Amino acid sequence: MTTPMVKAEDVHKSFGQVEVLKGINLEVRAREVFCLLGPSGSGKSTFLRCINHLERVDAGRLSVDGQLVGYKERAGKLYELNENEIADQRQDIGMVFQRFNLFAHMTALQNVMMAPIQVRNEPKKDVRERALQLLERVGLADQSHKYPSQLSGGQQQRVAIARALAMKPKLMLFDEPTSALDPELVGEVLDVMRNLAESGMTMIVVTHEIGFAREVGDSLVFMDAGVVVEQGTPREVLSNPQHARTQAFLSKVL
Amino acid sequence: MSNSNEPMTGPVTSADRPAPIQAIPVRHWGQMIAGVIVIALLAAFLYAVATNQNIDWSIVGENLFNSTILSGLWITISLTILSMIIGIVLGIGLAIMRLSPNRVLNSVAAGYIWIFRGTPQLVQLLLWFNLALFFPRLGIGDFSVDTNTVITAFVAALLGLGLNEGAYMAEIVRGGILSVDHGQSEASMALGMRRQKTMFKIVLPQAMRVIIPPMGNDLITMLKMTSLVTVIAAPDLLNRAQTISVRNFYIFELLIVASIWYLVLTTIATIIQSRLEKRFARGIAARPSTRARVLKNLKPGRVESIAAVTEPNATPEDHGVKS
Ligand SMILES: Nc1ncnc2c1ncn2[C@@H]1O[C@H](COP(=O)(O)OP(=O)(O)OP(=O)(O)O)[C@@H](O)[C@H]1O
Ligand SMILES: [Mg+2]
Repeated sequence: MTTPMVKAEDVHKSFGQVEVLKGINLEVRAREVFCLLGPSGSGKSTFLRCINHLERVDAGRLSVDGQLVGYKERAGKLYELNENEIADQRQDIGMVFQRFNLFAHMTALQNVMMAPIQVRNEPKKDVRERALQLLERVGLADQSHKYPSQLSGGQQQRVAIARALAMKPKLMLFDEPTSALDPELVGEVLDVMRNLAESGMTMIVVTHEIGFAREVGDSLVFMDAGVVVEQGTPREVLSNPQHARTQAFLSKVL
Repeated sequence: MSNSNEPMTGPVTSADRPAPIQAIPVRHWGQMIAGVIVIALLAAFLYAVATNQNIDWSIVGENLFNSTILSGLWITISLTILSMIIGIVLGIGLAIMRLSPNRVLNSVAAGYIWIFRGTPQLVQLLLWFNLALFFPRLGIGDFSVDTNTVITAFVAALLGLGLNEGAYMAEIVRGGILSVDHGQSEASMALGMRRQKTMFKIVLPQAMRVIIPPMGNDLITMLKMTSLVTVIAAPDLLNRAQTISVRNFYIFELLIVASIWYLVLTTIATIIQSRLEKRFARGIAARPSTRARVLKNLKPGRVESIAAVTEPNATPEDHGVKS
């Protein structure tokens, strides 16, 4: 049995009095595309952000590739990781945001080159070469010198994907990557993601794109109010939802 | 005579554009009358000054480039620049402390800002100048020096102006940092960048757009504020002008000399400020060369500057870190 890429055991998270995650249990296998579905406010983003420790888990265990997120365990005791150790953990986890969050003061190429140079001190020449290849892979070889404000939303999101890939992550997190896009730009981003899935990348994708989930997803989880309501293959869950809440949600989005 | 009466000979695109409206504009009689009165008063004032027998304009001309005045001018310029540098460095540090989750750092910065903004600049200058009264010697144990030899009038002026500026700059920088979308630092952290690098590579460069205009204002204020150091006998422009007038009794003339130089300096500073603002107003699409230059000035000799990322062929040596 291989270690799962992500393993969540009874993960809880509260903001003040409000408990947003109420015991999440799930496993994401390596090389699979794992889709997260659920109504607004159900805690999908929060869970994704816990995986790379942008949020701290309050209770339960969350591990990536066999390593606890944010803590280390020695002789049965948990020690909080310091800031630098957390930064090191994040290096291997790429994240793509709903609002792209490209660095506004840098060109597309500089955005992609930034982290390998700053975080890993890789030689600039190699990074540049790799960055150009990545931009080509997302279809933006000719836009490398442009600033984010000069790019369309779809182009920005593709640069953001290339930027995350530049760190050669073992896991990619997508938080509604196409929700902020005009409908005609959604396809180009999904194409890049499909391509990435085919290359064997482990991906966790929060999305409302049911078509993408059905076609590309290997597993699908439906979350509501901080718990996993239902999970299975996309085909099972989408075509034959067992739970009333899943049925209600799907009847709205399908 | 209007164009509309003539046959259309322009490009085809303007052929079906209607003729521009020709209407008699509203006359603002009140504004016109006020304008005339103001111009008349101004002319009368200028005439009074220019023809005043008590003002000897030749003295103004003679002293404008007097070496004593020029040495004072130099002191004023260096005091301004050095105090601003102290203020900016301190301001960035204080702003970061102020935004830090660490309670101690946060409170210390808040206290600093409270004290330095809450007491008059002049009083602060006098306190630094009279430091020897409370601390006759500065240093630790055997390594101490006479306070008066270290805290010269110039150093007291520098401390008084720079430390005060730091408090104001802290609020400016803090505003700039807060103006940068939180998603920027989040994306940076998600890539594995540490907090400090995120601040200096991602947040501060973008905060510059918001920071530069008020910083330019502070620079101009500082130019004029330096004249306060006259009271602690630092040999600045005003002080030099006064030492001359003490000898020749042309008090008003030498104040005019000083004023002319202050005007020249503030005008130059204003031009620089508006240039910088224009560059940064282009903001998110600012030319990397400008940005790189400004950044480089902010923190000299860093290897992985934005410039290093921008210029693919630049080696670390190009950025002055060889030695
Ligand atoms: N930093 C925070 N502080 C306080 N409350 C928060 C914070 N982040 C999220 N929440 C709350 O947690 C709940 C879950 O938010 P989350 O963003 O995880 O939902 P989501 O499933 O991603 O929804 P959406 O589809 O709208 O993105 C919401 O009620 C939200 O208001
Ligand atoms: Mg969300």
